[in-house]
Parts: sequence; structure tokens; C-alpha cells
Amino acid sequence: MAGRPSILARTWTTPVILIIILAALQLAALAVGSGPFNQTIIEIFIRVVLVVGLYVFIGNSGVISFGHIGFTCLGAYMTAWLTMLPAIKKSKLKGLPDIILDNKLAYGWGLLAAVIFAGLAAFVAGKVLMRLSGIAASIATFAVLAVIIQVYSNWDSVTGAQSSVVGIPIVRVVWPYFLCAGAAVLVAYAHQISRSGLALRAARDEATAAAASGVDIPRERLVAFTISGGIMGLGGALFAHSVGVVTPDTFYLGLTFITLSMLVVGGMNSLSGAVLGVVILSIIIQLLRWMEKGVDIGGASFALPLGVQEIAIGAVMIVILMYRPAGLTRNRELVWPPRKLSPEGRPAAPADGKTA
Amino acid sequence: MTALLQILFDALSLGSLYALGALGIALIFGVMRLVNFAHGDYIAFCVFAMLWPSIDAAAIVFAGNLPTVILVPFILAVGAGLSVLSEIVVFRRFRNANPATMMIASFALGFVIKYFLLMLYSSRPKSIDLWSNLTRQIEIAGARIPPLQVITIGVTIVILIALTAFLKRTRFGLEMRAAAENFTMARMLGVRANRVIMLAFAVSGMLAAAVGLILVTQTGTVDIQMGANLMLVAFVATVIGGLGSLPGAVLAGYLIGAATVIMQVVLPPDARPFRDAFVYGAVIVMLIWRPNGLFASRAAKQRV
Repeated sequence: MAGRPSILARTWTTPVILIIILAALQLAALAVGSGPFNQTIIEIFIRVVLVVGLYVFIGNSGVISFGHIGFTCLGAYMTAWLTMLPAIKKSKLKGLPDIILDNKLAYGWGLLAAVIFAGLAAFVAGKVLMRLSGIAASIATFAVLAVIIQVYSNWDSVTGAQSSVVGIPIVRVVWPYFLCAGAAVLVAYAHQISRSGLALRAARDEATAAAASGVDIPRERLVAFTISGGIMGLGGALFAHSVGVVTPDTFYLGLTFITLSMLVVGGMNSLSGAVLGVVILSIIIQLLRWMEKGVDIGGASFALPLGVQEIAIGAVMIVILMYRPAGLTRNRELVWPPRKLSPEGRPAAPADGKTA
Repeated sequence: MTALLQILFDALSLGSLYALGALGIALIFGVMRLVNFAHGDYIAFCVFAMLWPSIDAAAIVFAGNLPTVILVPFILAVGAGLSVLSEIVVFRRFRNANPATMMIASFALGFVIKYFLLMLYSSRPKSIDLWSNLTRQIEIAGARIPPLQVITIGVTIVILIALTAFLKRTRFGLEMRAAAENFTMARMLGVRANRVIMLAFAVSGMLAAAVGLILVTQTGTVDIQMGANLMLVAFVATVIGGLGSLPGAVLAGYLIGAATVIMQVVLPPDARPFRDAFVYGAVIVMLIWRPNGLFASRAAKQRV
């Protein structure tokens, strides 16, 4: 098999195409330039970071995790602690260590700290949990989320408990979010074609055969879990800087399910699926939101009643999954030139009961 | 002694609710490997079925005014109907999909039900007075216990016995157990798949309705989110019990109920707000100790 091109040579167009899609959104934001529109694009970029973070673990390992939004929460509070004005911290979050209370860092350091902190937390949690598989692993990750949220919504002196933490510096320009989304895509791609990523994907498809070939499944899962935890932390920090307010409730089931849905609707076993799921569902949600606010059609104002937007998005998701159970991309990657085969050189496997 | 009695009743009544919820989820998982995240929204839907649609803060009780002997079967029928309808409209089309896809589809369905309720009733919690005399406390051997707790425990025991009899003594029950054990084999031996699955959905919907009735009597409020938390605990309980195992689901429901009540009593006051964190910590320990659950069903194990 001397002439077989390397995996990089066969698949490098995938991240390029995905980043071009993201760049198109960035350009659209620059072209329109209005505040609300920019905020919409920022939201999409943040969701791209979160869903790509989920993908690094769920897509490559086949284990559904309900706990990743917990790491998002860790990241969001970390950057809040580091970047808020000392005066606000001293009045609201007295329990923080003095060195944090007295200083204020630029948001770039906040993002970095969020990635490291969330990644470390994921490493510690993963160390314990990664020997579980299937539904037990899913529930265990959910328990991790519940523990994190319970602690953050009750630890008054450090997290402000249920009340929201306000005064986080807001970043309104779009390009930092674009850079982070692009970086998340690149990291996910690099992991997916790395030795560890390939081993993990092999274990996802044929656990027994992979283990027999010397793949240390818990170890490869731990690598993916740690990387994805770090990316989730980045997403949380970006979220905190996009709205300036964090509460523990933001990072619970609602966000868990919407990000998971985007991943599954896009196609959970492909990076392209993660990105496209976010972009397509976000566009649908946005269109419905505009319709809910009221649209002028031929002079007559026409608005959907409250709640219809969510009902419609739920129905759209069900219909997409009915016709494409393996997601919009059918678990294939986008490549150039387009071809019928998946990057692994064989037709994409149909969805069957072999997750976990 | 009195304190112990109080703890026992608290634990049993909370555990009963969790056990009923877990049963509803385990029944469906057993026959079709679907983790039904819409279950919590079934619970809320059944409760709202008692009210007339309005977005006012005050609840307009409509069906809730029916006499109890009619109201209870009516709500149970609503639960069963909604559940069967969701199987016909949605889940039937996901027979060959992988579990993750089904799970997200069930979540999307729950989303649709929740916002349908929001559209009709608004998201504000409403208070409703249903059998409120049951929450007035009475004294039993020195412990102050609301009759509702006794009724909850009693009703749960009755439901469990009835369900066991149904599963063990009737033809339908036999078919359901066979389907839960090995679905393909059961079909080959003449069990009609769609009928068994519909039956499982109907029973599961009735369990959701029962949970809804108990919850609304306990709290006196209706809220579109009211089933969510219970559904989560029930979901955790089904996994701890061993997915697909009905006795496991019930036992785990009671265990989580007991753990919650005991932690509330035992933890020092400073740590009490973190009670649920401790409960979920215990869940993690449990899963690592017994990854397949307390009663690992043979069907749940992966074969090579």
C-alpha cells in the first residue's frame, strides 16, 4: 500500500471548508455591521465552540455525555472571577482568594484560564469516569453536571449562588469569537486525525477489536474528554464575555439539550456535522425569532404567537431526524473535491445501534 | 423513635414518586431501548389537562372540578392517550434509529409539548386547590404526617402490585416481558411488536399521570416545568437499577428518595444546601461500583 496518501493529505480540506463557512459568517457580520446582527453571529460562533467541544468527545468516542455544559459553567465563572473590576468582586464575591480579588486581567487571559481550568476539571472527572461506557457513562457525566451546578448555585461567597454575577467586561466585536470558533475546529480536526483520535474512533466502531489491537480505551477517552472539556470551558468564557452576566441556571439542561440536539441533527460522528448542525439550526431559530417579533408582508404585520418558535424548532428537529437518522451530513465529512466516500475511504456506515 | 418514623415516611413517599417515574421510563426502555425524555412533559401535560386554557395568573379549574372517581380515570386516560399518540406520530418512525437519535427526538417532542403548554397557559406557575385537605398534618405515634404521604405510599404499593400482576399473570404482560428480554426473539415467536410497544407507552403514560396527580396535590401549584426534575431523578434511578429491569428501577427510586431525605437530616446545616450535590456524588460512586446497575438485565449486556 505504498501509494496510499496520508490521512492529512486526504482530509485537510475539511477544516478549510468549515473555516470558510465560519469566515463567511464573519464577513456577513462586517458587511451588515448592526449590533443585533453581530450579536446573532457571536451567538452562532459560541455555539460552534460548544458543539465542536461536545463533538471531540461524543463524536469520537460514541459515548453520549450530558455533563459537558458543567465545564462550560466552570469556564464562564473562571473568566468572570479574573476579569471583573476588583470593586465589584469585593462587594459581591467576598470568598475569593485575595490575589484574585485585588487584580483584574484582560479577557484574553480569562479565556486562557477558562480553558485550562475546565480542561483540568475534565481530566479529574474523566480519570474517574472513563472506564464506564454506554448509558452508565452518560448518567455519570450528568451527575457531574448536577454536582457542578449544585455547588455553583449554592456557594454564595464565591459564585454569588443563584443571583447572577454581573459586571463581566463585554466584548462586542465579532472577530475574537470567530478566531476561537476557528481554533476549536482546528483543534478538533487535529485530535481526530491524531493517533489517539483514530484509536478512539476505532474503539467506537469496534470496541472489542480495538482493545484486542492494543487500544487502551479508557486512556484515549480521557484524552478526548480533557480536550473537549477545555473547549467547553472556552465556550463558557466566550459566553460570559458576550452577555456580561452569568448564572448557574444558564448552564443546565436547556443548554445541554440544545447543544446536543445541534450535534445529533448535524450528524454526531463528523466534525462537519457539528459545525453544520449549529449553523443550520441557528439560522432556522433566528428566522423563527424574527417571525415571532413580526414581519411586514405587503403592509400587513404578521407575527407568530409566543411559543410557536420553540414548537416549530422541535418539530423541525423531529422531521430532520426522521428522514436523516444519522444527521444532516449522514456522519460524513465535507471534503473537496466532493466524493461519495467518507474520508476513511469507505462508504459511511449507516446508523445502527452501535453507539456506546 | 418519632423522628425516625417521620424520616421513614418522608423517605418512602419521596421514593414512591421517584419509583413511579422510574417505572414509566424503564417500561419503555425495556421494549424499545428508548430513553424517553418527554416523560416529564407528559406529567405536566396531565396536570394541565385539569385546567381551562388561559394565560391568567389564576388557574381556571375545568376538568379538575369533576368528582374524584371520574377525575382520576380521566387524567390517567389523558396520560395514556398522549403517550400512545406520541408513539404513533413520532417514535414509530424511529424503530431502526440509533439510541442517541431516539433520545434527541424524544427531547424535541418534550420541547414541543412544553411550549404547547406555554402557549396555552403561559409560563407562570399557578396555584390550584386539589384535595388540599390531604396535606393537613395528622399525628401518628407522635410524628406529624400529612395523610397524602400515607396515600402516596399506599397508592404506589397498589400500583406496583397491579403492575406486577399484569406483567406476570396476563398474556399481554407475558408478551411485554418477553419483548423486554429479547425483542427480536419475541417477534419471531409471534409477539406483535407494535401492540406491545403501544401497550408499554399506555402504561407509562398512566404512570406519568399518577405522578402528576400526586405532585400537584403535594405542591398545590402547576407549572410547565413541574415534571422536569422528577424525570431526571427517575432517569438516574432507572440506570442505577439496571436499565430494563423494572424491580431495579423501583428499588433505585426508593434508594434515591431515602438518600435525599437522610442527607437532609444527617448533613451539617452548612452543607445542607449542597444536598443534591452529595446525592449525585453518591450516584457516581454507585455507577462506578456497579456500572450495569443493581439488577443488570442480561439483555442490556453487549455481546461480542
